[in-house]
Amino acid sequence: MEENVKKKGACKKIFLAGILSENPILALTLGLCPTIIATQSLDNAIGMSVAVLFVLFFSNTIVSLIRKLIPSEIRIPVYIVIIASLVTCVQLLMQAFMPTVAESLGEFLPLITVNCIILGRAEAFAGKNTVGHSMLDALGMSCGFAIACIVIALFREFLGTGGWTLTNPFDSSMSVSFLPLADYKISLMVQAPGGFLWIGIIIGLFKLMLEKIEKRQLQKQMKLAPNK
Amino acid sequence: MDFIITLISTILVNNVVLSGYKGLCSYIGLSNNWKSSIGMGMALTLVCFLTGLICWGLSFITAALDVSYLNTVVFILVIASFVQMLEIVMKRFLPSLYKSLGIYLPLITTNCVVLGLAISVSSMGGTQWQDVLANCLGVPLGYFMVLVIFSAMQQRLAIANPFRTFKGQAISFIATAFMAMAFMGFSGLLS
Repeated sequence: MEENVKKKGACKKIFLAGILSENPILALTLGLCPTIIATQSLDNAIGMSVAVLFVLFFSNTIVSLIRKLIPSEIRIPVYIVIIASLVTCVQLLMQAFMPTVAESLGEFLPLITVNCIILGRAEAFAGKNTVGHSMLDALGMSCGFAIACIVIALFREFLGTGGWTLTNPFDSSMSVSFLPLADYKISLMVQAPGGFLWIGIIIGLFKLMLEKIEKRQLQKQMKLAPNK
Repeated sequence: MDFIITLISTILVNNVVLSGYKGLCSYIGLSNNWKSSIGMGMALTLVCFLTGLICWGLSFITAALDVSYLNTVVFILVIASFVQMLEIVMKRFLPSLYKSLGIYLPLITTNCVVLGLAISVSSMGGTQWQDVLANCLGVPLGYFMVLVIFSAMQQRLAIANPFRTFKGQAISFIATAFMAMAFMGFSGLLS
């Protein structure tokens, strides 16, 4: 990783890795537990993504700032305490400003503490890289998480409630809904089985997409090679 | 009687994996091997039962001191240090058990089942001790059961032939979805 970082365009590479080749949910299959509750509806997906972005960004920043001070034997407990304190901050902030989102995420908000994405990035990336790159990595990873959550939530909410509803997270009385198929909803899709089913389907399709992208890049390289 | 009803409900009706969707990382990661799923299940049952009770006790102290917003930090510290302690004690006194469970112990710290149980138990009062005991026992046993069932299903999935990008995790999730649907049938059991 260190060598890659020195190259030009490394920043773009780090950012894109979080969205495509190392997408936390779809490629690495980490942090799945909050994903299922977060993909029940678009509101939940956005709320959870914001919470993960906040915690991941600050935990990556703090860990990479103090990476040389932590003895490697006790690094995991140190990381966990940093993450747990950040999660407590998020929980209190969300309860104060977005009470409906906090309520619908329930105990999955404190459970971000043991989310493998955050500890995994602290261990695999922030503990070894500079502050700037760690911040970028956190942004890429949380964008990847948000995109995956929102895509799955689009399907689940449409099938489960017959349309989409968006609520202002700061004021729950303001909401926009589009429910063309409300009479034909399959409520199973917003329950646990629907979550498992759609995560499985999207993971499969995502792998197919990655395969296609790789193939196209290979073809490009093949075409460029004889010209040189 | 309450104890038995809550126990059955946490194992079958409100199963921690299939209707509580916790502990999915280890569930997907470990279930391809029959032996490792049994080892993980046993280690998790032990840790969950003890840390659940400890965290329930601690929740009274944090409530009395009016610092219950620190619950998450306190619980994760208790769990992490307890797991570490268990590892050391087991290594010293039960080397054979350590050999079979040892590698799963560090993984348990970051398992959502343990922290999730601690958080849900901490909201129960002193008079609900039967519920607390049943939860501390039922939640990990439910996880154990699903893990073992799914590791058996994985044996069949390994020789199945789905579309190539669906092989592996994608098909595991889809199989889990059907298992979760089947477990929804238990919801009529206690009504």
